[in-house]
Amino acid sequence: MRVIGKPRRRVDGRAKVTGQTRFADDLVLPRMLHMRLLRSPHPHAHIQSMDVESAKKHPGVHLVLTGKDFPVSFGILPITQDEYPLAPEHVRYVGDPVAAVVAKDEQTASEALDLIAVQYKILPTISSPEEALQNPEPRIHAYSELGNIHRLQAFEFAGRSNEVTEAIDASDHVFEDLFFYEGNTHLPIEQHAAVAEVDGEGKITLWSSTQVPHYVHRSLARVLQIPASHVRVVATPNGGGFGGKCDVCNHEMVAAKAAMVLGRPVKVCLNREEVFYMHRGRHPVLMKFRTGVTKEGKLTGMHLQTLVDGGGYGSYGVASTFYTGALQTVTYELPRYKFEAARVFTNKPPCGPKRGHGTPQPRFGQEVQLDKIAEKLGMDPAELRLGMVVKPDSLTANWLKVGSVGLAECIKQVMEKSDWKNRFRKLPFGRGVGIACGSYLCGAGLPIYWNKMPQSGVQLLVDRSGQVTVFCGATEIGQGSDDVLVAIVAEVLGIDPFSVRCITGDTGITPVDLGSYSSRVTVMMGNAAIQASEKIKHMIAETVSGELGVAPDRLVFANGRVSSGDKSLTFAEAAGLAEEKFGTLGSVGSYRPPRAPGRFKGAGVGPSPAYSYTACVVEAEVDPATGWITVPKIWIAHDIGRTINPVLARGQVEGSVYMGLSEALMEEQVFRRLPPKLSHALVHKIPSLLEYKSLTSLDMPEVDTVLVEDPDPNCPFGAKEVGQGPLLPVMPAVANAIYDAVGVRIDEVPITPDKVLRALEKKQKGEQPRVGPESFPSVPYPQPVEVAPPWDGGDGNARKGAEKPKLKVNAA
Amino acid sequence: MMRLPWFEHRAPKSVQEAARILAGEGPNAMLIAGGTDLLPNMKRRQMAPKILVSLKNIQELKRNGSALGAGTTLTEIVNRKELPLGLRQAAHQVATVHLRNMGTIGGNLCLDTRCNYYNQNYEWRKAIDFCLKKDGEICWVATASKRCVAASSTDCAPALMALGAAVTLVSSTGERTVSLEDLYNNDGIDYLKRRPDEILTEVSIPSGWKSTYWKLRRRGAFDFPVLGVGAAIKLNNEIIEEARIALGAVASRPFLVEKAGQFLRGKKLTDEVIEEASRLVASRAKPMDNADLDLYWRKDVSAQFASYALRELRGDDVKEVRLRIARQLI
Amino acid sequence: MRRNVQLNLRVNGETLEAWFAPYKTLLEVLREDLGLTGTKHGCELGECGACAVLVDGEPQLSCLVLAVECEGRRIETVEGLARGAELHPLQAAFADLGAAQCGYCTPGILMTAKALLEREPHPSRERIREAVSGNLCRCTGYQQIFEAIEEAAKRLEAVA
Repeated sequence: MRVIGKPRRRVDGRAKVTGQTRFADDLVLPRMLHMRLLRSPHPHAHIQSMDVESAKKHPGVHLVLTGKDFPVSFGILPITQDEYPLAPEHVRYVGDPVAAVVAKDEQTASEALDLIAVQYKILPTISSPEEALQNPEPRIHAYSELGNIHRLQAFEFAGRSNEVTEAIDASDHVFEDLFFYEGNTHLPIEQHAAVAEVDGEGKITLWSSTQVPHYVHRSLARVLQIPASHVRVVATPNGGGFGGKCDVCNHEMVAAKAAMVLGRPVKVCLNREEVFYMHRGRHPVLMKFRTGVTKEGKLTGMHLQTLVDGGGYGSYGVASTFYTGALQTVTYELPRYKFEAARVFTNKPPCGPKRGHGTPQPRFGQEVQLDKIAEKLGMDPAELRLGMVVKPDSLTANWLKVGSVGLAECIKQVMEKSDWKNRFRKLPFGRGVGIACGSYLCGAGLPIYWNKMPQSGVQLLVDRSGQVTVFCGATEIGQGSDDVLVAIVAEVLGIDPFSVRCITGDTGITPVDLGSYSSRVTVMMGNAAIQASEKIKHMIAETVSGELGVAPDRLVFANGRVSSGDKSLTFAEAAGLAEEKFGTLGSVGSYRPPRAPGRFKGAGVGPSPAYSYTACVVEAEVDPATGWITVPKIWIAHDIGRTINPVLARGQVEGSVYMGLSEALMEEQVFRRLPPKLSHALVHKIPSLLEYKSLTSLDMPEVDTVLVEDPDPNCPFGAKEVGQGPLLPVMPAVANAIYDAVGVRIDEVPITPDKVLRALEKKQKGEQPRVGPESFPSVPYPQPVEVAPPWDGGDGNARKGAEKPKLKVNAA
Repeated sequence: MMRLPWFEHRAPKSVQEAARILAGEGPNAMLIAGGTDLLPNMKRRQMAPKILVSLKNIQELKRNGSALGAGTTLTEIVNRKELPLGLRQAAHQVATVHLRNMGTIGGNLCLDTRCNYYNQNYEWRKAIDFCLKKDGEICWVATASKRCVAASSTDCAPALMALGAAVTLVSSTGERTVSLEDLYNNDGIDYLKRRPDEILTEVSIPSGWKSTYWKLRRRGAFDFPVLGVGAAIKLNNEIIEEARIALGAVASRPFLVEKAGQFLRGKKLTDEVIEEASRLVASRAKPMDNADLDLYWRKDVSAQFASYALRELRGDDVKEVRLRIARQLI
Repeated sequence: MRRNVQLNLRVNGETLEAWFAPYKTLLEVLREDLGLTGTKHGCELGECGACAVLVDGEPQLSCLVLAVECEGRRIETVEGLARGAELHPLQAAFADLGAAQCGYCTPGILMTAKALLEREPHPSRERIREAVSGNLCRCTGYQQIFEAIEEAAKRLEAVA
């Protein structure tokens, strides 16, 4: 291979270093106006009246919109269409948008916002899952499953009812641990922005910093009540996404509406505080793991319960909740598994998908618990993991089809690189190493709305000049998807990547791709790109075969030529001949993931064409006097299947390590409730880049990255994902390293020096040296959907359905 | 984009001219030097002066003779090796490279007090019905408090206070010199004894002290201190002739821990002496729950930070500790 | 009185006439009045470093510099880095070595690194870490940025 696997400058690299990349807020259109949103100052309230007259009269104001202008709701998941572009009546968190002002400039729009008078009727607030369980009223959403419980889920994957608990109870060792993972947010440096324009034909175009232009397109048509064919959404390159631009946003729809009403372009750019309100980030999750283990270190069963704090709206929450349980089975052999989950509504900005979507939280719990298991069994935790790595080409207890598995090699690599055997439990007090692993999807098996159409489409245009243009709806968010697309086309056609023109993320021009989420782009777009490129290649090969008198399969496409032995044409010559023979040259490719074997209701979350694997060793130093934590070095090995561009792949791994470490040590999306006697406020504690802490270059340790290549047959050239999986093991590896250093367990994230010091003090007093959640509230989980695993005679269907008990109403 | 409110900009060329503008305009006018503290506050509408009086064009504020001109940037302080180490360490740990290129020593000494309920956008503060420091009636940190408890967050003040520095304040009616201990009130609103019509023009720093500064913050850059320990000693044959330890970020003003200074006088810096002095220092640290990191932990580790400072002054090799705490050598 | 001001700014060696509201920062005037959108913004409060430009050769945050105070100063932005079509060695190294992922913090880091290399042609890894510690990056984990600055230092030396 001449392109795949070779380190290269990314195709969009030049634009990014010259400042020419046009992010959404860089766009300027003639006659453009500026919009700002008025947001609710109350966490939970009903709007009683709104007076916008003075705002309308403010000099320079062109338009004021309110909830009345938006009768249709929206939501990213078809089952939770629970948001309005501007809240018509019910506001559910501080920051919920209620009105919009469009003016000649931002300053004027901001001034006018202050002139809008809104009367609210204040409602009691729910600030935590515990409060949500205790207070079914007032309901944050009428459609929630039980009181303020948005969604309940329960599954048991075992040969017979209740077998999981029985098997755990009968195990040599039983481990029961509680973990808590605090919420955190994506914090892209680019604040969300959008520009909307009605074009000369009367159709609407929206340029937006979105990861999902196709879903935005669908929502705009729905909310604005216009034909989808009159909508065009252009995803501008995202200045960082990480899942934060995966949802359909209020401001996108309001800007589009304003442009339609005014017939002038309208721009909106959120300020940093508003980005914290847009959120859709990591759900806070409380977890209870009950796990049975044999004395040899094999898992006998696992029962996982999660309680998920959803914030004020559905967003991706139903899927996020499934993901807190779906991937516990794809890393280590697990014969039976029970999973119960509940997502509750609270009066805080809605949570959603952040890098790792729903899986970093249980991954943290599972990997820390494994560390405890290894210690109890007197085993090396790396060896324990090596002994139970899931088998390649196997089915899991919950009917996920696993393909290539490079995890064992990843573990061996980080053990060797970190000198694990000589360091684990052997470093002086205050210094330690910890290991953890993870695995992740290479694309969600199912689309967000049910359909049997391709999840990614690629179109190629080739002409006599040898120019190759590739079109795809995939979205460049910094991860390098344009580069992957071009690399694959260039590899198949044997041309220089820089000679390919790449047009992506434009729903008016490019074939549908569902967007940059769930680590789906390399696999799905890549497979579609191979298909499209192979078609063109065959046409050219057929043509050149006749011209040169050699069999088509003897032709080599390389270095911008099509050749056989010493007979050769330039790619442009060959393309010209093919154009003569076939007419205008074009081709399309599309991709739909293979059908997953699970047939039970709920089996839609978890399947993927392939799974990536990662192992990580973290070194930590802890000052016993202060609890101060220093991480000097991290080793990570990631099974990427095949590397497309090693420069970018390494960047994705290191970026994941960075984000994981930042979450492990400091990032928290936390809220403050003021004394209820004096105030009803429930506000984001620190909505700023200064106080929401993320690692600076001085806080980031050296990272030693190994890319393990275990090609997966479902993936383009065998290439699996690399954008999310490497984040997963970092947080538990930090916790495990801290235990190795000073012998205390911090069973929650973030792991801060005050928690370490508190645990050290407990240790000194002879108490359990642990800081973490102490109890798990009673949650009315329903009867589980019972599914027999493949080895217990199952066929992928459920044995019997779930029955949901009524919520016990607590008088308090 | 966060935008500044409308204002009128004046750019006098001399201190006298600036002082005349201040005297004429009264509370409508505010001084701007580096702008790194004032402009974010204005963007968040914590303040909205009608007139900004820029000190940028006043050359005399940048002159550096025996005293330090108030317009000296923090980067210049870091780079001037003849300045006391404690001050340079403090300046080095302010914010970021960029902000140190902009911010001045005068600005850092006059830094507005900070609080998680106050350093927020207008919309956020509206959502809590504002606070005692600005537009509201309740101090949300301590609801019973009649006094605003916003925290002094200047790094340079405790460092300079330990060194016994004084500042010159000039107004249209005259000039006065105030020791740093006397520059501040323990009041989050009225935190400076500088009158609104006065301009801080220079800082004079006594010589002969061995000094250091230790800062507690979450990250290696950006963050304001949640604890600052400035310490300075005069030694004679290992015996302390004089010692001054000042604390920052644990009250609405930086202050001198006189008990610790008295205790240290005449003693050798043995481990036991350091421990006791650190305990005395820590007993005065009264952080509030209005800044980063756990309040009780911040209190718990203050003795450690005092001991780092004293050990450095004793001549211990504290590089490793410094590297871990500050994430860089200073 | 809400009146615009008019003044000449020296940006990337060019004297440009600008007419703008006096409340505008250098960031706003560069992006909105001079069409230089290469300079980015992430907070406008001095908390991220995305808007860093060089003022008289020093990296400063354009979001906290009043444009009215910039007359007579030498402003350099990312648009002025390349010489015609030829990338500055820092730009080339950033593009080659993965130092720009989403590219949003990149202009600020490039300008900050330029000032560093002008003062210290051969900075240690520690000095580089420190020099860019006022520029938040959410994509890279910083390592490829350090490597690109080191590589650029080498390439600059080869040119010199």
